[in-house]
Amino acid sequence: MVIIDVIVILLLAAGIFFMFTGVIGLLRLPDFYTRLHATGKCDTLGEVLIIAGLLLYHLFVYSPGAELSVKLVPVKLIFLIIFIFLANPTATHAIMKAAYKTGLKPWKKGDARM
Amino acid sequence: MRGCEEVKGKEEKMNAKSGKGFGILVTFCAMFLFWLLLSGIFDALHVGAGIICSAIVALISHDLLVKEKGEKMLSKSFGFFIYLGWELWQIVLANFDVAYRVLHPKMPIDPLIIEFDTSLRSDFALVTLANSITLTPGTITIDIKDGKFWVHAIAKKPADALLVDKTMQKKVADVFMEW
Repeated sequence: MVIIDVIVILLLAAGIFFMFTGVIGLLRLPDFYTRLHATGKCDTLGEVLIIAGLLLYHLFVYSPGAELSVKLVPVKLIFLIIFIFLANPTATHAIMKAAYKTGLKPWKKGDARM
Repeated sequence: MRGCEEVKGKEEKMNAKSGKGFGILVTFCAMFLFWLLLSGIFDALHVGAGIICSAIVALISHDLLVKEKGEKMLSKSFGFFIYLGWELWQIVLANFDVAYRVLHPKMPIDPLIIEFDTSLRSDFALVTLANSITLTPGTITIDIKDGKFWVHAIAKKPADALLVDKTMQKKVADVFMEW
């Protein structure tokens, strides 16, 4: 069980690291479009890694000897992962398109921060 | 000549009919599996309700999920799963790329907007390519119109991957057979 704990902690830590880089990117990058690069990608993998950690923990710690409805929780987590992979890039794209249609000028190298 | 056309029309009708039955069956199975996995209760009442609901949904909206003949769809979904594996690896690379650019003291970014044409036309292929572009290193899709893509790239290198190498376009075109 120690091995499972280590793997789960590593997955959670990796997830938190990527979420953290997303936040730093949101604060450091110069304009709206580049900030979306940070949040759109880091959030996807960060969330998925955290959910994968929860899934492993549930599979090896809660599931043995539990009721069937408890055993099916990992399936719901997998559905969640699929949904995040579909919804996150789509939402990023929708925000990006809205900004572009509004006429927001992209930042170029050498410009001042917006 | 006319007879030939008539036969062709009849064949197409037959194909459409068998395609419809196949579509209903696939949708029903998918819906019912979804129901069982989400409910987790296997007594007669709940399973029966599941069968009825999945049947109604399959009858009404089978044409949303399955639009083509069975064999073509099977080979497409097989190719799609192989593509997903490659895509997952690209997502990991994308995250390390963003982490590097964000945490680097000088922030090596040089954003530009690029345009390119693709041969893809079906909605599902376009959505797959657009979401893949958004998830892979340094690029986000801004807009699509008739197979033409507008993409925001964070630096020159990821933009060249789409404009010069075109590996992703080729892979998606292979999966959906729209060269």
